[in-house]
Amino acid sequence: MSAGQPPLDSPEIRRLTPVLGPGHTFGSISDKISSIVLTRPTSFGWFAGFAIAFSLTAVMTIAIGWLIIKGVGIWGINIPIGWGFAIVNFVWWIGIGHAGTLISAILFLLNQKWRTSINRFAEAMTLFAVACAGIFPLIHTGRPWMAYYMFPYPSTMGLWPQFRSPLIWDVFAVSTYGTVSLLFWFVGLIPDLATLRDRALSKPKQIIYGILAMGWRGSVRHWHRYQSAYLLLAGLATPLVLSVHTVVSFDFAIAIVPGWHTTIFPPYFVAGAIYSGFAMVLSIAIPLRKAYGLEDFITMRHLDNMAKVMLATGLIVAYGYFFEFFLSLYSGNKFDVFLVQQRLHGPYAHFYYALILCNILLPQSLWSYKLRHNVVFLFVMSIVVNIGMWLERFVIVVISLTRDFVPSAWGRYQPTVWDWATFIGTIGMFVTLLFLFVRVLPAISIAEMRELVAETSEGEK
Amino acid sequence: MQLERSHIYGVLAEFETPEQLTEAVKKTREAGYRRIDAYTPFPIEGLAQAMGLKRNNVPLITLIGGLAGGLGGFGFQYWVSAISYAENIGGRPLNSWPAFIPVTFELTVLGASLCAVFGMLALNGLPQPHHPVFNVHRFLHASSDRFFLLIEARDQKFHLTDTARFLQGLHPHHVNEVSDD
Repeated sequence: MSAGQPPLDSPEIRRLTPVLGPGHTFGSISDKISSIVLTRPTSFGWFAGFAIAFSLTAVMTIAIGWLIIKGVGIWGINIPIGWGFAIVNFVWWIGIGHAGTLISAILFLLNQKWRTSINRFAEAMTLFAVACAGIFPLIHTGRPWMAYYMFPYPSTMGLWPQFRSPLIWDVFAVSTYGTVSLLFWFVGLIPDLATLRDRALSKPKQIIYGILAMGWRGSVRHWHRYQSAYLLLAGLATPLVLSVHTVVSFDFAIAIVPGWHTTIFPPYFVAGAIYSGFAMVLSIAIPLRKAYGLEDFITMRHLDNMAKVMLATGLIVAYGYFFEFFLSLYSGNKFDVFLVQQRLHGPYAHFYYALILCNILLPQSLWSYKLRHNVVFLFVMSIVVNIGMWLERFVIVVISLTRDFVPSAWGRYQPTVWDWATFIGTIGMFVTLLFLFVRVLPAISIAEMRELVAETSEGEK
Repeated sequence: MQLERSHIYGVLAEFETPEQLTEAVKKTREAGYRRIDAYTPFPIEGLAQAMGLKRNNVPLITLIGGLAGGLGGFGFQYWVSAISYAENIGGRPLNSWPAFIPVTFELTVLGASLCAVFGMLALNGLPQPHHPVFNVHRFLHASSDRFFLLIEARDQKFHLTDTARFLQGLHPHHVNEVSDD
């Protein structure tokens, strides 16, 4: 595909970059994907990667342990900046999770075949990202052992949660999201667990996968109900994923703080979430396909499509930035105007410019067909977007809180080593969970890949 | 090995492609067998219709779960905010329903999803520790690359040798008796 490039999206390009490499049968798909888990010896690279990630997880454990002993004073937060890293990281992680649900639910409803080989690990990514996200508001309460106060339970004090508060909405949105993502992921796994049970050679593996597969035998009657349930879950997860980041944006938008109190927040948060999520899927998919030789399953077509989704959602985000900027100026509200000036010239202006660079300017390179097909470049760009989206949340949280209505309430925010340790530690936990996942469960849905084989072979007839 | 009829669960035929299986299912139903089942490594379009399966109850259960979650969620918030722990703050309405919508929505989705998954599993009779088809060694392939058709011994028309001969006539890869223990 070097000289004399055919037009993009021509049939020729589609043939050159299919969603599945040629020559695969039901048996070869089952062999190739299940062998990663069952027979392939654990490589040195896996142990090395796992060791690094697990060390970072240990750092997180220490940071949280110290936090529980000393309290949130070990962080850089203080009045007026009570939110700091905890909320920045919470929103960042939750956003990353959204691409998994988008790929598994929305693309399923839209009948996009290319989702098949990436939905499983994207869903796993969602679960792990939600797990990382959940840690932050929990420890940010200062007394995480009292967190159950947020759930409505009949207490002897006769108290109930305040259901009019966005923070309680958040509790319900995030816990529902975590539960439904887990259900969706597990339902998708059941047929594959049965495959692993039937192909496992050692007794312990047979027993463990056997218990998890729950006696699945692929009966037509079971598939019939299974497909109904899967379709319904996809239909339910679609509005759910939109609602979750909407509710997260309400944490800000319902408040009257300048820069937060705006109606554009829900759609622009959702677009940002999908943007960062696709970036993270690319950051995972590119090393994964390389390490396990999955180039036939996660083809250039997938990477290309994901890059396009990133480009599109990135433009929505850019539109959001522009209108946030414009409406603040157009409103004539002096606090909003002042906030815009602070973003452009204030003490944190370099974060704002870095954010524009990472989220708007650099990703425009993805318009180029050549660059979208350069795997290394795509990987670097996905990391850039992840950094950009983290900066976005930092700008939203920190600049608004350091510059609210009266100068006497202004302040500065400086994260401490414990802030960084907790943040980097959750990245370690995320990567640790991913390492374990690719080792013990099929990272690509075997049953759905077989369907794809059936369909592509029909197409050739 | 011929098993006695009382120890027979059914006869299992193995096919190599989904098309062969669908064809075999149609012929088996035409021959008058009703207590049959098919096992496939992935859902096959048209097979459920060939089996004569119509609608299932998963959507209904999901709807009930969603309604219960939504109505229960809203009712609970109303009860908490307007009855059990009513607080008059500057004369604002106790039943401030717009503020209850996010939680109501989340609980609707939660109720519906839980019912969809657990309803599907319950109707399928899963988890099920054992099933007679697993007694056939070649059934291991049902979860990877082969397609199976089972005629149960409970079928009115079932006759061990005749049914086995009938299945042989469909040109399967293998025919096995399934023992019932």
